Amino acid sequence: MTNSANSEPAGAATGTLTDPPEGESLLRVSGLKKHFPVTKGLFKRQVGAVLAVDGLDFDVRSGETLGIVGESGCGKSTMGRLITRLLEPTAGKIEFEGKDITHLGVGGMRPLRRDVQMIFQDPYSSLNPRHTVGSIVSAPFKLQGVQPEGGVKKEVQRLLEVVGLSPEHYNRYPHEFSGGQRQRIGIARALALNPKLVVADEPVSALDVSIQAQVVNLLDDLQQELGLTYVIIAHDLSVIRHVSDRIAVMYLGKIVELTDRQSLYGTPMHPYTQALLSAVPVPDPRRKAAQGRERILLKGDVPSPMNPPSGCRFHTRCWKATEVCRTTEPPLVPLATGHEVACHHPENAPDQQPGDTKLLRLADGVGTAG
Amino acid sequence: MLTYLIRRLFAVAVMLVVIILAVFCIFFLIPKWTGTDPATMFVGKQADKESIEGIRQKLQLDDPVLVQLFEFFKGIFFGRDYVGGGDTTHCSAPCFGYSFRSEQEIWPVLTDRLPVTLSLALGAAIIWLLIGLSVGVLSALKRGSLWDRLAMTGALAGVSLPVYFTGLLSLAVFAYQFDLVANSFTPFGENVSKWFSGMILPWITLAFLFGAMYARLTRATMLEVMGEDYIRTARAKGLKEPVVIGKHAMRSTMTPILTLLGIDIGALMGGAILTETTFSIPGLGQAVLKAINERDLPLILGVTLITATAVVIANLIVDLLYGVIDPRVRLG
Amino acid sequence: MTDHEHKDDAVPAKKVKAGKGTDAAKAESPEAESPTAESKAESTKATGTTGASVTPEDAAPARGAGGLASSGTAAGEPELEKQPPKAFLEVRDLRVHFPTQDGLVKSVDGLSFSLEKGKTLGIVGESGSGKSVTSLGLMGLHTVGQYGRQRPHLSGEIWLNGQELLTADPDEMRKLRGREISMIFQDPLSALHPFFTVGDQIVEAYRVHHKVDKKAARRRAIELLDRVGIPEPAKRFSSYPHEFSGGMRQRAMIAMSLVNNPELLIADEPTTALDVTVQAQILDLIRDLQQEFGSAVIIITHDLGVVAELSDDILVMYGGRCVEYGTAEKVFYEPQHPYTWGLLGSMPRIDRDRADRLIPVKGSPPSLINIPQGCAFNPRCPYADVPAGGVTRTERPELRETQPGHLSACHMEPEDRQRIWTEEIVPKL
Repeated sequence: MTNSANSEPAGAATGTLTDPPEGESLLRVSGLKKHFPVTKGLFKRQVGAVLAVDGLDFDVRSGETLGIVGESGCGKSTMGRLITRLLEPTAGKIEFEGKDITHLGVGGMRPLRRDVQMIFQDPYSSLNPRHTVGSIVSAPFKLQGVQPEGGVKKEVQRLLEVVGLSPEHYNRYPHEFSGGQRQRIGIARALALNPKLVVADEPVSALDVSIQAQVVNLLDDLQQELGLTYVIIAHDLSVIRHVSDRIAVMYLGKIVELTDRQSLYGTPMHPYTQALLSAVPVPDPRRKAAQGRERILLKGDVPSPMNPPSGCRFHTRCWKATEVCRTTEPPLVPLATGHEVACHHPENAPDQQPGDTKLLRLADGVGTAG
Repeated sequence: MLTYLIRRLFAVAVMLVVIILAVFCIFFLIPKWTGTDPATMFVGKQADKESIEGIRQKLQLDDPVLVQLFEFFKGIFFGRDYVGGGDTTHCSAPCFGYSFRSEQEIWPVLTDRLPVTLSLALGAAIIWLLIGLSVGVLSALKRGSLWDRLAMTGALAGVSLPVYFTGLLSLAVFAYQFDLVANSFTPFGENVSKWFSGMILPWITLAFLFGAMYARLTRATMLEVMGEDYIRTARAKGLKEPVVIGKHAMRSTMTPILTLLGIDIGALMGGAILTETTFSIPGLGQAVLKAINERDLPLILGVTLITATAVVIANLIVDLLYGVIDPRVRLG
Repeated sequence: MTDHEHKDDAVPAKKVKAGKGTDAAKAESPEAESPTAESKAESTKATGTTGASVTPEDAAPARGAGGLASSGTAAGEPELEKQPPKAFLEVRDLRVHFPTQDGLVKSVDGLSFSLEKGKTLGIVGESGSGKSVTSLGLMGLHTVGQYGRQRPHLSGEIWLNGQELLTADPDEMRKLRGREISMIFQDPLSALHPFFTVGDQIVEAYRVHHKVDKKAARRRAIELLDRVGIPEPAKRFSSYPHEFSGGMRQRAMIAMSLVNNPELLIADEPTTALDVTVQAQILDLIRDLQQEFGSAVIIITHDLGVVAELSDDILVMYGGRCVEYGTAEKVFYEPQHPYTWGLLGSMPRIDRDRADRLIPVKGSPPSLINIPQGCAFNPRCPYADVPAGGVTRTERPELRETQPGHLSACHMEPEDRQRIWTEEIVPKL
């Protein structure tokens, strides 16, 4: 797609914007927070805030896939909307290619919208049912005022082919397509302007297993061909394992662990990561029969993000929690090369607070099952 | 629950003040801005300059707006005196205005007529709820059947036929032809059975119109509710179908019906003008009609206020009932 | 006090439950013999060892087709033919067809299986494979509440404890619902009535089937809430569903479904709406409760991890039919049907890195109005041309036993299957 090559973001004409070399950070996030105020009563008095995202530091390297995983309410989707600037951050800084985009307005974001695109979870509701596939996929061209080589229609048909649909689908409506095909339409729309970063929020969770694999493979192919950088947000740890180079695990608005795939699944350090991994049912009946697999069963539910626990947010459900966990928030620090963990008493790594050994609760809180 | 109640009551109080302000604006400020002299409007059809001037003084129309507003509010809560044109007219609280044309306070007129309208509206509401709910539920359960089609055709007729048509027709048939019921209104205080006999046709006429709307709403809501997962759960428990419908489905169906009921009864308080006229019932509607004919602005103002108040109060009651039906509302 | 009755109820169940090992199952194997499958005695004996079994298609003769064409039910058949099987639950040639304006939607089109007490059968399939329709069919929920809608055509037989359910009197069926067969639904928030307290809903479920006063029912409900791990059950009794978290709601739903000690529990995607850590809790709870209550469990899901975790046997559904049936071990390690291969190939693994890219199944699931001729899977099957003569496109493959107790509906020769699986599929998983 040569159409965008000579139309670099006009608003960012500082001349410093060159593509970062492979492995350098494309997106850098520091101290990112998003608090949603909770109001009450007739006068909308603010009585609190949902700390949806509460201090994130990470970077996305050019060409990689960063997986963001966590349970509902951990803030992963809010994070996705913050880095694509669909939401206004409460605090912190977002840099895209070295440029501060934290508080850019609609106009300031316009050139950036070409470089950062989003794919949504629900292929049924994210496409306007009254628009044809052609007009859905060509919308980004119109919005950005871009005239692709050979005309919009030709370009859209090419995009449709790229994502595995037929160019003849141009005049059809979304309801004529199956879930997987709709997700392909969503992907074609996201790719229209040749973006650098694609943020995908649960791109396959609404799809059936066999279709899910088609879309996962498609995303994979597109990354190879177009050199895309992905941030993939998902709750499914198996999917995340398959697609990601590096993975951030979120819990209650914070990153608790951030590392490459091998380390995360091989030697997870944060107790929450361990619990999460052990909770996933393994599609292998022999594992069940062998009884060898120890499952960490967390008690209870995730606490409310309106009133998160003090210190380490996981301490209320953690079987390793000690006094320090209740009082002091553990920083996200590298405990091995490229393996950042926010925990006082990590697994597979030296204890960060060896002096503090008195457990907050007895082991009864955590059961094990084969 | 108590805080919910208090919050709602507070909201109602605020609402009422807003309504009074709005009414004040409509009747006093807007005419002033548009260059119409409110005094000429208040005096009635024909008036000489002198009486207009008197009314201008009485209503303090030359005073600043805030003073007028203060007097207006003061009248509602404490009563007021109209001084001007050489005499003083007292209007005791709650002063909803004074009709200089018929030379009477508005409030007593309203209190005379409100119970009549109220009895018309409530009686009709009971009938239309009975008819509307049962027809609606039956139609939903027999969707597509002959009964459903007939009932919905009937409902369509009910919605579209004007009250004066159905009213006069029923009067002609039941009151004059067969002499089954009284053909005119008798006050409740005079003779209860005659009152009842006289109210039957107005009730039914009004209920026919509203019942048709309620049947359609009930049917649509019921059909939607029957598709809910919790209805399937209720069946999966082994509940008998009448329990599934009567208890589980009806409870959910009632919510939108109640909302509509609050609005409808409130609105009818302003007078079921057509019904009251057709059956010569001396309710608010008739008073309004008369006021309009005679350009008796204070009376119109009074009815407007009372109607608005009635809608607000009816909605308060509905909201409270909502809290009883739907536990999720209690929190919010 | 009916609580005592309940403890008594549970006793025979426990006895059967012991059939987890092969010893007890062997003892049951002659019983599992289906009277219509005498010719296939060998197969039924074999399936008996698994506790649950599928009667091969040809064992249940083509009675479905005729019955369906005429009346849509099997009511016209001679009673003699319908002899009760010995298995606890046996489904024979179940068909559920929905008449619509666009045509007949054949959601379930000839499904047979059986299940013993204390055993868990996992039904796996994608959306539209007919798995949920099957569960509602077992509950008899296709015939109630179809106000003004055209009723689905049901045919076949469902035998539960020697009683045929499809032809049972509707009120008899209603009495079985919630007492003998109960169900857990996918989304507990929408499956519980928002306007009634959780406790009242459980009490209601109990009192439909037990003549007890409110107090006793309340005690029973609190006991169950406690059993499913809801803290402060007496207090939570009066909470409304919206005041519960997702996991708690599903626990309450489970409590409600177990309140009458059902013998068959159907869980339709019980954990799909839940977070992973909560899912683990719920799966654990279901497993524990089954051990305790000894009921038969059918778990319906699209998640192969969940079935692997819970099931003794697995039934893979595609296009309204069973394409593969066997023990969990067999289905995961020696799958026989290309669709099962496709599912396994599509699935990212949590326990290891995949050797290669995922191997998706091409295309989309078939329209149930217009199921492809021949094998329903043939348009998506990469091996459709392996069997000679294009038979996959003309002839519908019957469920056949490939190994003892392991059935699949595929035209391919066993050798071909074996070769493709070991040489082409396994290396890429």
